[in-house]
Amino acid sequence: MNINISINGKPHTINTQEDTPLLWVIRDIVGLTGTKFGCGVSQCGACSVLLDGKLTKSCSVPVSYALDKQVFTIEGSSKNLEILRQTWSENNVPQCGYCQSGQLIAATALLDTITNPTDQDIDKAMSGNICRCGTYTRIKKAIHQAVALKNKADE
Amino acid sequence: MSNIQKIDRRNFVKLFGLASGGIILGCTATTVEKKFKPAIDSDFFEPNLFVQIDTSGTVTLIASRSEMGQGIRTSLASAIADELEADWQYVKVKQATGHEKYGNQNTDGSRSVRTRLEPMRKMGAAAKMMLISAAAQKWKIAEKDCKAENHFIVNTLNNDKLFYGDLVALASELEVPNQTKIELKKVADFKYIGKTLKSVDLKEFTTGTATYGIDIRIPNMQFAAVARCPVAFGSVKSFKKNKAAQVSGVSQIIELQRLTPPIGKFFGMLGGVAVVANTTWAAFQGKLALDIDWNLGENVSFDTEKFKQTLTERVRKRGKLVPGGNGNVNSAFKQANQIVEATYHVPFLAHAPMEVPNATAWFQKDKIEVWAPVQDPQTARSELAHFFEIPIENITIHVTFLGGGFGRKSKSDFVVEAVAISKKINAPVQVVWTREDDIQHSFYHATSAQYLKGSLDKQGNVTGWLQRVGFPSIVSSFKPLSDYASGFELGQGFTKPIYQLPNFRLENVKAEANLRIGWLRSVVHIHSGFGNNSFVDELAYAAKKDPVQFHLDLLKKETNNVKLAPLQYNSNRMMDVLNQTAKMANWGKKLPKNHGLGVAIHYSFYSYVATIVEVSVIDKKVKLENVFTTIDCGLALNKDNIKNQLEGATMFGMSLAMHGKISTKDGAVEQHNFFDYQMARMQDAPNINIHIMDKMHEPPTGVGEPGVPVMAPAICNAIFNATGQRVRSLPLTDVGFL
Repeated sequence: MNINISINGKPHTINTQEDTPLLWVIRDIVGLTGTKFGCGVSQCGACSVLLDGKLTKSCSVPVSYALDKQVFTIEGSSKNLEILRQTWSENNVPQCGYCQSGQLIAATALLDTITNPTDQDIDKAMSGNICRCGTYTRIKKAIHQAVALKNKADE
Repeated sequence: MSNIQKIDRRNFVKLFGLASGGIILGCTATTVEKKFKPAIDSDFFEPNLFVQIDTSGTVTLIASRSEMGQGIRTSLASAIADELEADWQYVKVKQATGHEKYGNQNTDGSRSVRTRLEPMRKMGAAAKMMLISAAAQKWKIAEKDCKAENHFIVNTLNNDKLFYGDLVALASELEVPNQTKIELKKVADFKYIGKTLKSVDLKEFTTGTATYGIDIRIPNMQFAAVARCPVAFGSVKSFKKNKAAQVSGVSQIIELQRLTPPIGKFFGMLGGVAVVANTTWAAFQGKLALDIDWNLGENVSFDTEKFKQTLTERVRKRGKLVPGGNGNVNSAFKQANQIVEATYHVPFLAHAPMEVPNATAWFQKDKIEVWAPVQDPQTARSELAHFFEIPIENITIHVTFLGGGFGRKSKSDFVVEAVAISKKINAPVQVVWTREDDIQHSFYHATSAQYLKGSLDKQGNVTGWLQRVGFPSIVSSFKPLSDYASGFELGQGFTKPIYQLPNFRLENVKAEANLRIGWLRSVVHIHSGFGNNSFVDELAYAAKKDPVQFHLDLLKKETNNVKLAPLQYNSNRMMDVLNQTAKMANWGKKLPKNHGLGVAIHYSFYSYVATIVEVSVIDKKVKLENVFTTIDCGLALNKDNIKNQLEGATMFGMSLAMHGKISTKDGAVEQHNFFDYQMARMQDAPNINIHIMDKMHEPPTGVGEPGVPVMAPAICNAIFNATGQRVRSLPLTDVGFL
């Protein structure tokens, strides 16, 4: 069947089964490969996207769930994501880089919802994202720095 | 070591399909340790490292090592850029295809920097000399009146400047300087080496545009998933494909025969049933819908719990003597004031890189093209030539970014699968493993049992040390019925103890392989690091001595008048890293209630590492509070990258200590995915403090792996310090901790 979805503000008409997970529509049909497959069972967060601004594991929601919603992926751009990209780079966060799309999306969702996250807020917000290379301490530092930058800009 | 030559541009373009102007330099670098190196015929020039400077000033390094998170592309580029006096913003890295012309590309053993630093530097220096010559010609002045500075050649007489990009046309006409004339920079003049440089790939990594194997998209490409026998080396008896064929998007279902590698070479593939479809998801769904009757084969009775008991019984009896011991442990034990005995276990482990094994292949009549995240593209290429009987020169392997490797992606069974399927369906295809496939069909890090018996004299000195080890050998993956750990494996931390042991005996016990065995980040050092450090800690407590002081006392003493070769183990360096770590950790400080400190030291991949871990244990819940690690890795090429690697190794070692366990029942792996094969997460991450010793005049040594082996023993020793409970069997979650 034909399904209409919007990814990063761009409309797409997709011919697929409505129970196909959003992840595979994004990767294999739309062709945006920045969103990654890691586990397929909502355990690792590599496939994180924002659905109407809400952090979502795209491997575990059917594409039909994204109907009439805005899908935001790592290929997109937002104020908070750009700040995070900057602090991610300043802290030289990525090692292999594979999980970082999901980490950045999860961090974007955090910055979008909490103004001054504590370490515990960060732990909670990022607990769904595995980094096998182990870049957690740098991610945490980059998030704190991004918050500071953002708040400074908002002043 | 290296031989530098200018490559004719047209030849280069013809050879490598890289069309761009400017200077292209190539050089030969050997990648194996000297003693294994075949003699290089200096008349026969086969360059394997390349750097190019084009008219825009862009410096492009062709990276011959796979990038899997260890930062090698950045590190190697920085060495060239430093000697070239390049501006970092002009430096780019292009990944080499798998080809023998690039020298050994096998990315493992923490050896890339160790073996390639000097040739990289020489190449940068040679290019700089050519640019200086070109500028001197242009200005009609002497070369000595020119100097290179941040991508310009400066006329020191009048401060005129010429940009590198504007000099390359002239420079490319010049002869490459003779090797003997190449002068390398002094340590004090380094601009990038030993400093902190950001990854060259940050933009790609933070925008989702880095292309990993799984991101390859070829026109008309199909996707495939493979069902493999749950028991290692089982085969398909029969299968029904009706239900799978009905899955929307599924186009073909084909049987894959197991490909068994010839003895001593390659990895082959397990075989099974492949489902081909128009999306990854459809292939996964089709695979789940298959109804397969398996011949489970002889490994069906393999049960890891029973095997642990078997290995335990074996290490408690006499094993095969491993040469290299000294003294007589039995007489030491007879005269002992105190005897300490312990048996340690490490379970099977899987690598679980975030990017699952995958490969894209296109088999076309007489040629094969592959795009894959492989650590060892050359072995993959030879393997394909062997199994598919295609001339090796007709096989191209494009190395993509690796979403983690940790040793898993040096075994190219997933590449063989992709090619086999592409051949059958006559179309390009991408094979993607599910996470369950990855966990259940890995080349596992072997399980081990170790029995240690030590003796102490009245003063608490160690007088005897007997160590019996048993673990399935990696060699079993190349040669069936290899039932004992091999010499090279025992060489990783067992055969040459770093301790001063007046009486030392090592024995090897039988350990057959019933799973595919492979290497995982730091390999056998995981066993030796755990056994040795846990046991030294037990001895220290038995002797009622401080564990750090006990380690220091036990380390071999260097004789002052003996000059050590650059890569020879040097106890003083180990003592320095331990003292430094103890200082950082404020060892001996008063700890809060329920807290404990544990120490571990290990020498691996020629690097010296000491770690002190502070844990808190409340209601069996173990939390790593602080980790202090010092590394002496000789010349530290890229300090921030080294720190990043050690932070990562901390988490990797912590994951395996806390959770890592692959078990089997009736021959089949019991774990499935990250919910039952768990990893450390953000909330588990301790404060990590890394110190890198300043050894800029020593040759560079391994960085990617040496931080791993210390973690499990340091954590367990800290738990003992906090609780009095000794953990001798990993992982912690298996012995009641959370």
